[in-house]
Amino acid sequence: MSRYRQIVKDGLWDNNMVSGQLLAMCPAMAVTATATNGLGMGLASTVVLVAANILVSSIRHLVPSAVRIPIFIVLIATLVTLVDMALNAWLHDLYKVLGLFIALIVVNCGILGRSESFASKSTVAESTVDGLAMGLGFTFALIAIGGVRELLGSGSLFAQAHLLLGPAFAFLEMKFFDGGALLMILPPGGFIVLGFLLAAKRVWESRRSARASVTQATSAA
Amino acid sequence: MNAAAHAPHAHGGKSIRGVMTSVMLALTPLTLWGFYLFGWTAVWLWLLTVGSAMLFELVCLNLAKRGGPASLLDGSAALAGWLLALTLPPWAPWWIAVLGSFIAIAVAKHAYGGLGQNPFNPAMVARAALLVSFPLEMTQWVSPTPLLSGTGLGALEALEHVLFGGAVPDALTSATLLGHVKTEASRGIDLLASVPALGGGLADGVGRHAGSLGETGSWLILAGGAFLLVRRIITWHIPVGVLAGIALPAAIGHAVDPAHLLSAQHHLTAGAALLGAFFIATDLVTSPATAAGKILYGLGIGFLTWTIRSFAGFPEGFAFAVLLMNACVPIIDRFLKPRIYGHGRVQMSPA
Repeated sequence: MSRYRQIVKDGLWDNNMVSGQLLAMCPAMAVTATATNGLGMGLASTVVLVAANILVSSIRHLVPSAVRIPIFIVLIATLVTLVDMALNAWLHDLYKVLGLFIALIVVNCGILGRSESFASKSTVAESTVDGLAMGLGFTFALIAIGGVRELLGSGSLFAQAHLLLGPAFAFLEMKFFDGGALLMILPPGGFIVLGFLLAAKRVWESRRSARASVTQATSAA
Repeated sequence: MNAAAHAPHAHGGKSIRGVMTSVMLALTPLTLWGFYLFGWTAVWLWLLTVGSAMLFELVCLNLAKRGGPASLLDGSAALAGWLLALTLPPWAPWWIAVLGSFIAIAVAKHAYGGLGQNPFNPAMVARAALLVSFPLEMTQWVSPTPLLSGTGLGALEALEHVLFGGAVPDALTSATLLGHVKTEASRGIDLLASVPALGGGLADGVGRHAGSLGETGSWLILAGGAFLLVRRIITWHIPVGVLAGIALPAAIGHAVDPAHLLSAQHHLTAGAALLGAFFIATDLVTSPATAAGKILYGLGIGFLTWTIRSFAGFPEGFAFAVLLMNACVPIIDRFLKPRIYGHGRVQMSPA
């Protein structure tokens, strides 16, 4: 059981795709002008990630190691095409916002990275949990980046969330002020916010580990 | 002294504080002239920018546990704030000044490791970020309202305007030369018609026209630059490179297509060209180390400025040009290394 616990902890925090592995930087910065876009991109990636992990893990004994990368990519591309068409059919308004970037999930190095470094070496159950944890951690990071950028750049949070989650979630849409720093929703804002969030995570973790080592030292003494 | 412990074991005798003081001395006449031209709003804006820059410097030094008040007094933060203030529209609201100082000091300087570590010119990072984020506030130009002439705001009224905002009276708003020709060109009116419409006042050298706080008094900028050259704070390479980089393409372009490309004289006297060439591009931290590198760096800034002004969406591009060339400085320094005494030319390894 602790193995699964470790997988979940890795995916959500310690080895988070954005803040731990620094993978998938393209979607992490290109689509996170609003928190809603981050949420949509994160969820779409999670679906692909879970499915890709399951498929790769279940065929892992059949794949010759020399050609594994092309095989993984073809699998991922197929899944992305399915997600792309499904979004276009059922969430068309969101698709108009995210459409350009959905296709880019294919080349999202995070997903290929999980196939290569985890799913091809682990059981189907473990890979499913890993895909889910990694995907949710990715979604969480994208919402964090998108939320900060949206708040500073246009003074709102979760604008147009009803397009993604249905009219019932319109209460999420918050407006704090008009205007805002345009720079934050332009590409430089993505780099600036990501940099500061990574720095904040590091500061927080180093403080926590310092505290932990103090507690350990006192309890040992 | 520690500084002489490393080769070449000789110290030039200049301290950070001494260099910063010289630059501030050189900036004083043109800043006072800017205060006179644009009145009390300019004074308050300058005070706010410099004050908040020093405050953010103190906070960042404390956060990084680096130096403390002694480092604050080296003047580098005050100078960055000062330069930023000189590039702001003189009637800008208080939060432009404070946010600009925050970007310059906290983001562009201390996030990279503090004094001497920043690859990009802090004042220009702040100006570019403000211009992109708040295009309206950053292009609100006014005609000069000299102190004591009775045309501008009194000291308290001006403070109220800076702190609580309020519209700039229509009678005072005015366009800069570069902004004017860009707007007119977008309406299909070419330079042959739009430049004479402004009269000769926009390039009079004295600076009695709309513009940023410190960029209009051309003669005083030249005097300040000459002072820095004499004190050997800067060398001639970067200013000459920048001005040549603007003037040469401008002269050629104007000769070929006078209806769409401004003359070299206009390019040199309008906008931030002079102020930037002497005071901004010459920043010691973010410019190349060798003479040839400095000339190349200056030419690049000048040429990019001319290109942005002539063909891009923004009327003025000096800040963007400086930032782009800042990014090239490591590569310039790598390929224009001086020969080490006793060795042949350094072979560039492919790594």
